[in-house]
Amino acid sequence: MKPVVLLKRIIFAAALIPAAALALDAFRGDLTANPIEYITHTTGDWAIRFLVITLAVTPIRRLSGWNPVIQLRRMLGLFSFFYATLHFLTWFVLDWFFDFRQMAEDIVMRPFITLGMATYVMLIALAVTSTQKSIRRLGRKWALLHRLIYVAAVTALLHFWLARKTVVPQFQVVLVAAILLLGFRVWWTTRSRTQPRPAAPLKAVKM
Amino acid sequence: MLIRRAPDLRFSDITPRSLYLRRREFLQTAAGAALGAAAAVMAPPFTARVAAQKEGTGHGAKLANVVKSPLSTTGEKVTSWEDITSYNNFYEYGPYKEDPKENAWRLKPRPWTVTIEGYAEKKGVFGFDEFIKPYTLEERVYRMRCVEAWSMVIPWVGIPLKDIIATYKPTSQAKYVEFITALNPAQMPGQTTRMLPWPYVEGLRMDEAMNPLAILAVGLYGETLPNQDGAPIRLVTPWKYGFKGIKSIVKIRFVDYQPKNTWQVMTPNEYGFFANVNPNVDHPRWSQATERRIGTFFRVKTLPFNGYADQVASLYSGMDLKRNF
Repeated sequence: MKPVVLLKRIIFAAALIPAAALALDAFRGDLTANPIEYITHTTGDWAIRFLVITLAVTPIRRLSGWNPVIQLRRMLGLFSFFYATLHFLTWFVLDWFFDFRQMAEDIVMRPFITLGMATYVMLIALAVTSTQKSIRRLGRKWALLHRLIYVAAVTALLHFWLARKTVVPQFQVVLVAAILLLGFRVWWTTRSRTQPRPAAPLKAVKM
Repeated sequence: MLIRRAPDLRFSDITPRSLYLRRREFLQTAAGAALGAAAAVMAPPFTARVAAQKEGTGHGAKLANVVKSPLSTTGEKVTSWEDITSYNNFYEYGPYKEDPKENAWRLKPRPWTVTIEGYAEKKGVFGFDEFIKPYTLEERVYRMRCVEAWSMVIPWVGIPLKDIIATYKPTSQAKYVEFITALNPAQMPGQTTRMLPWPYVEGLRMDEAMNPLAILAVGLYGETLPNQDGAPIRLVTPWKYGFKGIKSIVKIRFVDYQPKNTWQVMTPNEYGFFANVNPNVDHPRWSQATERRIGTFFRVKTLPFNGYADQVASLYSGMDLKRNF
């Protein structure tokens, strides 16, 4: 088995642990005094963590030169979407219990809900176009479309920041990570514009 | 010149074969001894910590001579002791709801003093037991509505604030009462961060403080207050959002200015001085129209003044409650 395939399987299993832990907590009735809030925060935390981890794949590829690592990117992005979906459904079903009027009001009136909703819509667009077929069909437009991940990262962070009364440590961690990872891209782009190509050119990798 | 030098290894240095063959056993014993020593060193602090945790954040001592108050809220299911003591906003112990239960064992609620300052005839520093001794403890069951749109029903044990105020005879210059929480980063680890400006400050207008519903609580469920709920003494104003209920009070000042309460200082457009529960005035970032009662699933409608309008609405007649949120 290729190392990247093994790594992919390990990460796949590991990425399901938070969901499994949450299910176990629910089963044991150990979801704090406010289970809905706890589920909301936990799934939201993991959605944004996986979003940031997804953003780390390209910098790791560039810095290490280990191109196969790119094969992890789609899976990690889909895990962010998976936890974002749980997060959204918690809000939709558990928190408001299909109270469409209140939810519509929240989306329009509350900036942090507006931003959260916008992030989720972007993640849907990225998830449904993540298939091999879409990559082929959209061609160069695909890469352009998938730059939406940068916008989604920013709106997700704003959503997180506005949802809490104070700046919590969890937020500081993802904020610093996101700034470093997005900053890397700016640095890399300006560097590769002003300097000759790196010694090991990037090969196209079969997904 | 011949330099005589002893050989590097003498015959006596050679490990006897029998001992050499037992080297693994030796290593195992040594490792076991090291682990044992480490455990012996670590165990007392650990068990002491568990004991302190149990004492500070577990069930308190039973309070004697508590009378039931007619001002208690009736017809509501009381929130469980576990929920009231494990789901707390008390940033002195960390920003997450589970932090206070985890960290509040560090607080030593005795010896404790309460300082009375400002425009009053009687002032000074009073030991906690002396401070509460003159009064009859009352059980008051109150709804508690957090600004984050969740709520509880809590069986407090406390003393009417108006009775305490009467003891110290504030002068006519006293327009407001200012309350201050202990500042002790060694016992309140959240205070080592700059999450909020410390110490926590709250305040009431004098007529609010004199309202019969306002109490200083010293107990919960007939027992002394666990540390995470604000031991040894805290404010309870059930018609206001929970953040008005300042915990672990060390100072009460009678002042002629409107105190700058901590959350208002933090975010003035989101938290006001009055902080009366009001379903018609939304927090800038979320709705205050409904709330989730801890222990139940569906949201319920939030009531003006948290359902205590009959007792307190007159305090605010003529005031624009949208502006004075």
